[in-house]
Amino acid sequence: MSVTAAQNSSQISELELDKLRPSRSLFADAWARLIRNKASVTGIVIIVFFALLAIFAPLIAPHNPLQINDNMGFLPPAWVQRSNSGAAGNPSFLFGTDTLGRDVLSRVIYGARVSMVVGFIPTTIILLVGSVVGMLAGYTGGKVDNLLMRLTDVIYAFPDLLFFIIVMISLRDTWIGQLMNGLFLLFIALAIVNWVGVARLMRGQVLSIKEKEFVEAARCVGAKDTHIMVKHILPNALGPLIVSAAFSIPGMIITEAILGYLGIGLRPATDPSAIFVTSWGVLLLEGQTAINAQPFMLLVPALCVALIVLAFTFLGDGLRDALDPRMRGAQ
Amino acid sequence: MTAYIIRRVLWLIPVIITVSIVTFVLMHNAPGGPWDRDISTRQVDATTQARLNEYYGLDKPLWRQYIAYLIGDFNSEDVFVCGLACGNMGPSYRVRGRSIQDILFSAPEDKPFYYSRFGYSVRLALASLSIAIFVGIPIGTIAALKQNSIIDYASLFLATVGISVPSFVMAIFLIIILASWLHLISVVPKSWDTLRPWILPAIVMGLGTTAYTARLTRSSMLEVMRMDYIRTARAKGLAERVVVTRHMIKNALIPVVTILGPALAGLVTGSFIIETMFGFPGMGRAYVTAIGQRDYSMILGTTLIYAGLVAVANLSVDIVYVLIDPRIQLND
Repeated sequence: MSVTAAQNSSQISELELDKLRPSRSLFADAWARLIRNKASVTGIVIIVFFALLAIFAPLIAPHNPLQINDNMGFLPPAWVQRSNSGAAGNPSFLFGTDTLGRDVLSRVIYGARVSMVVGFIPTTIILLVGSVVGMLAGYTGGKVDNLLMRLTDVIYAFPDLLFFIIVMISLRDTWIGQLMNGLFLLFIALAIVNWVGVARLMRGQVLSIKEKEFVEAARCVGAKDTHIMVKHILPNALGPLIVSAAFSIPGMIITEAILGYLGIGLRPATDPSAIFVTSWGVLLLEGQTAINAQPFMLLVPALCVALIVLAFTFLGDGLRDALDPRMRGAQ
Repeated sequence: MTAYIIRRVLWLIPVIITVSIVTFVLMHNAPGGPWDRDISTRQVDATTQARLNEYYGLDKPLWRQYIAYLIGDFNSEDVFVCGLACGNMGPSYRVRGRSIQDILFSAPEDKPFYYSRFGYSVRLALASLSIAIFVGIPIGTIAALKQNSIIDYASLFLATVGISVPSFVMAIFLIIILASWLHLISVVPKSWDTLRPWILPAIVMGLGTTAYTARLTRSSMLEVMRMDYIRTARAKGLAERVVVTRHMIKNALIPVVTILGPALAGLVTGSFIIETMFGFPGMGRAYVTAIGQRDYSMILGTTLIYAGLVAVANLSVDIVYVLIDPRIQLND
């Protein structure tokens, strides 16, 4: 008898504990789920690592990435005693040097800057533009909606990489192509192609959410359209939007690398005070010429591209599972 | 259904026109022209350039050049030359005397069609796609059947790597390891008539699609495995092999089959960087070369072919869905 009483009281205390536990918002909940996922935590760690590299590049890089060391060109990595060319590795150049004797490691560290910026800035632009247009199209319907859908059809039909290549080549020598060593133009091109995807996603979300009871309730109590859009629909549509943003970042980074590799991406800087000195894509192009003699000029940036892209994919997977538990395991 | 397809096909026309206008304006904005970019040969002098421009109609205003490309125009001898509307993609400015459709679609003498540039690209894409089908689907199926086992996790991890690591980075790794260090293969082979040189580009290009197919198959299988009709099949005493092959795989492949069209289009259009890396004689490399040489009609022609392929592939998804899944109706 006393045992059951004790059990009862413990059950009651558990119930009370349940009530007392502060209610968590969707995003706090999602965060808790996200950091339980090992793969996405690994992704976050890698992303933070590269972000720190990018921000503190001048402090971390052992050499100035533009500093030319005479008679030190084509040094093998530090651990190589004797390379094909007969040169020995120099401990101050961990991954060796390029044709002009510039430190490969320092150049790769500086290259992280471009990839991080290319990942984040266009994504911010497309999220802003795409969600506003998608919201309007989905909520008001009619002409905006029709226009958006037709525009999407055209942009989807355009092979995007071909579009980037043509844009980069034709506008490279104009003033707009010179801004930020050509990065500005790349941002614009990436944003033009990718915002429709976000807009379409947002539109779909809005179309389903605006039929829900809570929106109807809000309208009944006299809420204005803008209030309903911002306070009721937007927070509920945000989850898939965040997931798609996480998945779009690696695409942007890859595009930059491909364009750099084709020699039409970032313009390699010669000014030592420039923020964006070189990018991984440009380094791949430089490394390509010495694929047999200096494989590390190619391997290190290639590995970095692979790592950062994987990290964002893991984060995206984790975010999808965290923000939409119903989708867990699908795809 | 028929009305739907007709509407979608007609919708292609404005899409192609928009794509061509954007490409046309952008490429004519690019500095330089078709006559002056080749550094290796002597520069063409001004009078010759003017005469070449006149001969090819490049001296006319842009809008007229565009109309000439799209519909047609009278040439210098007052003969009407039909444009894209009759399937004429214009003369190449770099390969004198040959038209774009001739360069892309006709094979060298006494060789079958698939020896043309387009044919080479399609063959490479088909090779990659078959790797995706014959490797991706079994991996996905096994992973789903052994869910949460070490096989499942390993294949899922590999699939994630395969999807996210871009093919040209993968190509760099494989070229360094296989060609530069192990000397197993030679990059940029002399002839593409044997099977050997095809292996590496096909694998590199197919990796992403293989990984995607494997993931899609796995998730689709997992969904099907929970269905009631699978329980029914087991309950009536069917052998496990029959349940898996006839009931699970058959139903699980519906979403996989629908992505094959876009995947093929993606492989054909996305191959140009791999083609350039391996010196592959396909359409993608023609595109990259044409951009460097400002061969306007070639740039426009390849872009439009790519755009058309993508649009047709997207349409194929809807049609294939209706064909294999009778529950779906097209009424939009």
